Amino acid sequence: MRSLSTIDLIAFATGLQYTLLLVLMALAFGAPFGLFLALLRTANMAVLRWASALFLQVVQAVPLLALLMFFYFGLPVFLGIQIPALAAVTVAFTIYTAVFLGEIWRGGIEAVKQTQWEAAASLGISRWQQFRYVIAPQAFKIALPATVGFLVQLIKGTSLAAVVGFIELTRAGQLASAATFQPLLVYSVVAAIYFAICFPLTLWSRNLETRLNGSR
Amino acid sequence: MALVEINNVHKSFGAVEVLKDVSLSVEEGEIVTIIGRSGSGKSTLLRCINALEPINSGRITIEGQQVAAGMRNLKELRQRVGIVFQAFNLFPHLKVERNITLAPTLTGRVSKREARALALECLTKVGLAEKIDAFPEQLSGGQQQRVAIARCLAMRPHLMLFDEVTSALDPELVGEVLKVMEDMARQGMTMILVTHEMNFARNVASKIVFMHQGRVWEEGPPSKLFTNPQTPELKAFIGSTRHN
Ligand SMILES: Nc1ncnc2c1ncn2[C@@H]1O[C@H](COP(=O)(O)OP(=O)(O)OP(=O)(O)O)[C@@H](O)[C@H]1O
Ligand SMILES: [Mg+2]
Repeated sequence: MRSLSTIDLIAFATGLQYTLLLVLMALAFGAPFGLFLALLRTANMAVLRWASALFLQVVQAVPLLALLMFFYFGLPVFLGIQIPALAAVTVAFTIYTAVFLGEIWRGGIEAVKQTQWEAAASLGISRWQQFRYVIAPQAFKIALPATVGFLVQLIKGTSLAAVVGFIELTRAGQLASAATFQPLLVYSVVAAIYFAICFPLTLWSRNLETRLNGSR
Repeated sequence: MALVEINNVHKSFGAVEVLKDVSLSVEEGEIVTIIGRSGSGKSTLLRCINALEPINSGRITIEGQQVAAGMRNLKELRQRVGIVFQAFNLFPHLKVERNITLAPTLTGRVSKREARALALECLTKVGLAEKIDAFPEQLSGGQQQRVAIARCLAMRPHLMLFDEVTSALDPELVGEVLKVMEDMARQGMTMILVTHEMNFARNVASKIVFMHQGRVWEEGPPSKLFTNPQTPELKAFIGSTRHN
C-alpha cells in the first residue's frame, strides 16, 4: 500500500487523454454518420425514412454497455479474430454518437418550417443546396443546445470503456484506488476532473438554450 | 404559343379533388389574376405551375416545356419562374443581400464579385437599396415582401407567380407592395397572381380568372367579368367583396 502520489496524477492525466481521444473519435466518425442518418430520416423517399428509423430504433434500444460488450467480446468470437480495445470502443461509441446526434439533428431539421424548403426549391437550387445553405444553418442553431448536452453525456459515457479494460480516466482511477486503498480520495479527484470538463459545457448549453428561446 | 399552357389539369389531395379539369393559357406579358373563395384551389393551381405540387393528370407547359415534379430540368425551369408567397418566406439567418444572391451565385449566374451589384440592382427596383445589409427580422412586413420580390427578380424570371402576397400585411403596408407589382407589370413581366385586392385586379389585370370549387368558373377581361358576370357564383362573389 502507498499513498496517492504524482505517479497517480500522471496516470490520471494519461487516462484523461484517452477519455478525450475517445470523445474526439466518437465525434469525428459519429457526427458525419449522424448527419447522414438525420438526412435519411428526413428524406423524401419513404423507404429511406423507414430503413433509417428501424436502424435507430434497434440501436437505441440497446444499452451502451451492451454495445461495448458486443464489439469487444462478441464480435471477435464471431469473426474469430482479436479486436484491439481502442478499435472496439471506437466503433461502439461511434454508433452511439451517430444515433443520438442523428435524432437530435433530425429534430432540428424538422423544426425548420417546410416553407423554407419550398422557398429555396422555388429558386431553382438543388435539394442538397437547399439543405446546405437554407435548412442546415437554421437547424443547427436550433439543435446546438441539445448537441452540447449530448457531448456531456458522451464524455461521461466514455467511462464505460473501463469495463473492457480500456484505460481512460475512470479506469485509471480504479487502478489508483486499488494501489492506494484510498477510494474516496481517488474518486473525488476523478469526479472533480469530469466536473471541470462537463460543467462549463452544461453552462454553455443552458446559455444557448435561453438565447434560442429568447430570440423566437 | 402561349408562355404558360395549362390543359385539363386534375389534382387531388388524398381523396379530395382540388383541381378539376383546369385549363388556362397565359400569353407573354399578360397579367392574369385569379380570384375566388377560400378553398377554391387558387394556391394549389399556382403551386402546380412550378411543380411545388405534382398534378394527377393533364398537362402544364411553360415556354413549350412540360412541367412534371420529377423532371430533369426542374431546377432550370424554376429559375425561370419566380414565386412570392403570402408569408414572405425569406431566409431568416441570412442578410437581405445574401437572401437575394444565394440562388444566383449557387446556380452560377453571377460570380461572388458581381453578386452585391445584382442585389443592389434588384433592391433598387423595389425601393429598398438601403436595406441591403439588414436581416429580415429588422424589416417591416411590406419591406420583407419587397425583398422576397427582389429575390425572385435576381433570377431574371420569365414568369412571376404571386400568392396573396399582401394578405399578411397591415393595411398601410399593402400599397407599397402593390406599387412594386404595378411597376413590374408595366415593364412587361408576365404575371399570374392570386389576390383579394379587387381594385388591383380591375386596374392591372389583362385577364381575370374566377375559380370555384376547383374549376375555372369564368374568365375574361376585367371590364367584362366585373361588369357583366355570367354565373350566379361570380355575381355572389363580386357582391361579397364589394364592401372592401
Ligand atoms: N397540402 C394539402 N393537403 C391536403 N389538402 C390540401 C393541401 N393544400 C390544400 N389543400 C386543400 O385543397 C383545397 C384548395 O386549397 P387552396 O389552398 O388551393 O385554396 P385557395 O383557393 O388558395 O384558398 P385560400 O383563399 O384560403 O388561400 C382546400 O380544400 C384545402 O384544404
Ligand atoms: Mg391560397
